[in-house]
Amino acid sequence: MFQLTESWYLVLAAMIFAIGAVGLMIRRNPLVMFMCVELMLNAVNLTFVSFSRALDDVGGQAVVFFVLVVAAAEVVVGLGIIVAIMRRRPGATADDISLMRG
Amino acid sequence: MRVEMLTFLLAGAICLGGALGVVLLRNPVHNALSLVATLFGVAVLFIAQGAYFLAAIQVIVYAGAIVVLFLFVIMLLGVDRTASLEQDPIVGQRVTALVAGLAILGLSLTVLLAGGEQVTGQRSALAPLGDGMADVNRLGRVLFTDYVFAFEITAVLLTVAVIGAVVLSRRTPGLPIDLDEFPEGPAVVHQPLFEDPAGTGEGPEGSDPADGADDGDLAAGADERDGADDGDLGDGDESDGADDGDDADDADRAADADSEVVR
Repeated sequence: MFQLTESWYLVLAAMIFAIGAVGLMIRRNPLVMFMCVELMLNAVNLTFVSFSRALDDVGGQAVVFFVLVVAAAEVVVGLGIIVAIMRRRPGATADDISLMRG
Repeated sequence: MRVEMLTFLLAGAICLGGALGVVLLRNPVHNALSLVATLFGVAVLFIAQGAYFLAAIQVIVYAGAIVVLFLFVIMLLGVDRTASLEQDPIVGQRVTALVAGLAILGLSLTVLLAGGEQVTGQRSALAPLGDGMADVNRLGRVLFTDYVFAFEITAVLLTVAVIGAVVLSRRTPGLPIDLDEFPEGPAVVHQPLFEDPAGTGEGPEGSDPADGADDGDLAAGADERDGADDGDLGDGDESDGADDGDDADDADRAADADSEVVR
């Protein structure tokens, strides 16, 4: 039987990160793109926790704490922007939102 | 070890299935629920690695707050239309995205597996995990000593994010900046809640009769005033005489006052 080391967690995190990156590139709904960004952040969190256990340092878990806070702030502001855009242009996709004004 | 392996395999399968669901499902509500599956799987993997506090706040913050916020926005905007994944807005976008995703996977695997423990090979001397302390105690001690400035900046960041969300979601009155960009106009037409107290904006029905009445009053008043002036011209001598008498009385009173002062 295989030995469960941190490499398994790292491989899984890399796969989740790659799936999130591909989703960010192929999806056009801004909400779903945000969800893909959350996937990538979670993959990085998993990597941090894995290295935290592998290197026996709690700093990785502290960084995960800050990543959670930054992700929450990012989602709040990003969803505010999306709501402001969707009120003016219902059904807008990422291709329609190409100007940083209006 | 077999239990840990089984836990890892189950949670990893849930994570990967949820991630694929986020990317491939077409209904945004299904995407959000798939994201919940991935977040719970990652929380299980946190617990399997001893990060109990992070697993708790992963479930509370992510699944309890962020995904609920996503669902609120989905319901608020009415995004019930399913996206079509078949059409490419850019030619070859999906193939390019898949190639780029595989490249990202390969590069990150190379970096993660080639690096890691072999960087120094030394155990941590500052904040080790295996000293028997509870997880929350260790994380709290690190947060309020080594990372205290980052913690303070986090508070500022959250405040700024809340203010920014309030400002962004406030409904701005008036037209958009460029009308050629939005030819159909704004979705919500701004109407004033209160009437103008000066009454200037009430429209032509309210203002025209008032102007006509003012004009008639002005003309009639001018005529009356002319007639009164004409009539008063003959009486001017009487009023002058009365004024003269009053002036004489005033002079007498002043003279009396002066004489009293002298006495």
